[in-house]
Amino acid sequence: MAIEHADVLRAAHLARLGIDNTDAERYVGDLSRILDMVDALSGIDTDGVKPLAHPLDATQPLRADEAIEPNRRDTYQESAPAVADGYYLVPRVVE
Amino acid sequence: MHDLTLADIAKGLARGDYSSRELTQHYLSRIESLDRRLNSFITVTGEHALAAADAADAARQSGQAGILAGVPLAYKDIFCTEGVRTSCGSRMLDSFKAPYDATVVEKLKLAGTVSLGKTNMDEFAMGSSNETSFYGPVRNPWNTDLVPGGSSGGSAAAVAAGLTPAALGTDTGGSIRQPAAFCGITGLKPTYGRVSRYGMVAYASSLDQGGPMARTAEDCALLLNAMAGHDPRDSTSVARAVPDYTQSLAEPLKGLKIGLPREYFGEGLDGGVETAVRDAIKVYEALGAQVIDVSLPHTRLAIPTYYVIAPAEASSNLSRYDGVRFGHRCDAPTDLMDLYKRSRVEGFGEEVKRRILIGTHTLSEGFFDAYYKKAQQVRRLIRQDFLDAFDKVDVLMGPAAPTPAFELGNQADPVQMYLQDIYTIAINLAGIPGISVPAGFAGDRPVGLQILAPHFSEAHLLNVAHAFQMQTDWHTRRPALTADE
Repeated sequence: MAIEHADVLRAAHLARLGIDNTDAERYVGDLSRILDMVDALSGIDTDGVKPLAHPLDATQPLRADEAIEPNRRDTYQESAPAVADGYYLVPRVVE
Repeated sequence: MHDLTLADIAKGLARGDYSSRELTQHYLSRIESLDRRLNSFITVTGEHALAAADAADAARQSGQAGILAGVPLAYKDIFCTEGVRTSCGSRMLDSFKAPYDATVVEKLKLAGTVSLGKTNMDEFAMGSSNETSFYGPVRNPWNTDLVPGGSSGGSAAAVAAGLTPAALGTDTGGSIRQPAAFCGITGLKPTYGRVSRYGMVAYASSLDQGGPMARTAEDCALLLNAMAGHDPRDSTSVARAVPDYTQSLAEPLKGLKIGLPREYFGEGLDGGVETAVRDAIKVYEALGAQVIDVSLPHTRLAIPTYYVIAPAEASSNLSRYDGVRFGHRCDAPTDLMDLYKRSRVEGFGEEVKRRILIGTHTLSEGFFDAYYKKAQQVRRLIRQDFLDAFDKVDVLMGPAAPTPAFELGNQADPVQMYLQDIYTIAINLAGIPGISVPAGFAGDRPVGLQILAPHFSEAHLLNVAHAFQMQTDWHTRRPALTADE
């Protein structure tokens, strides 16, 4: 399955990558070659084969729904680009 | 001093031949004089290291030092280290100081080890040559025109150059074993779930695994002892007893059944690599091992399967870098969408963007079944190949990589670069452990013998690797290095 210019732009938007028309052109070739390589899978008979999501077939363990981590907001916010009064700052969303 | 193994260093510290401070200073001065050209470290934490060394020396004075107390090491810059930059080789995290330690870092600190700093790597562990790092490429200490392999290239180069006795790496598709092979050191990828991934920046969560990189299998055993075990903070880590990996190192190998996957000796394998690997296998035959021809029939599908699963997981994992909570933020965003899009396009490098795009595309509506589900089904077939082979043999052996180290800047086509991982990538899909041990040279370039074993057989794997190192001296070879200008 080839990938086209419009597919690259769609994926870029979904992934929130600011790729413009010219950049997208560059990715079409590389991504097409990768997908051509991946196409080797399409001819393989996998009827009745269960998808393997975890190499040991483990499932998600559950624990009691209790808070076990302390609140470390101040520490975590030290890494943030912009904060004020314990909030993360972003451009205005609602006018 | 820098030619010593970790095991030797631990003994020297215990005997009082030198203090941890002396050792640490020695390695820091080697980094200072030799690393400008190699570029194997992103961040050197000299002051922290000396303080940790003094603490280890004090603990030893009071009789409270464990075996690894005072031993210097380095972390691939993918492991979170509290208060120290954890960049993952990316502009995105250039200013990020981790607010906590990864579980393995915490464990190794408790064991008294001394961190010299953070090693260079391919950006977000995506690469096989260490050329995708925001901090520039790492050079191979055996020949600085060559790549060290990737993605744990800084860790491999630093150990090979004697800038640290050991380092931690991570391996998602070969990122410990291939650079270990290229740099002539020993590197172990444990079973998926053996070592906690908590605090290890996620690339592809169903494949990532941290492991030790050092001179010898014995050194890897010492480190794995401290690293392995269940962690309630990593739901994929496995609750299973951790043996003392050093105890079984010297078990005799008589009767060992070695499988040689015929697919690992086919087209594309460099002649010099093949000769070195076949010679290594003869060493095992001389020790009483039996060599059996086996097949892993789905081998050719491993790279296509990986390049669906890993980018899909990466596109999800890397969505956290949004320019809001941590990491790079663009200047003067006009609105929230602009903030996301520009922060991400500026913060990520080319290979990372390629993989995010591929992963987003294959997971998107209309493509999921054809790509992701199909790849997960083939993944099961690939794992079954290994389970079937291990019904017949104890271990599998072959080359760690199809070629020795190649020239920097020589590989522009991403798909060609992906083929570097042809012998390593299936092991991550299957979740089994693998180790690369120095097994000679192709010309002047080191070759790695890869040994594979069933899930949770690290003790046996290390035993088999150690036996080889008792018979050969490849792991004692050192590159000739000259100090930087």
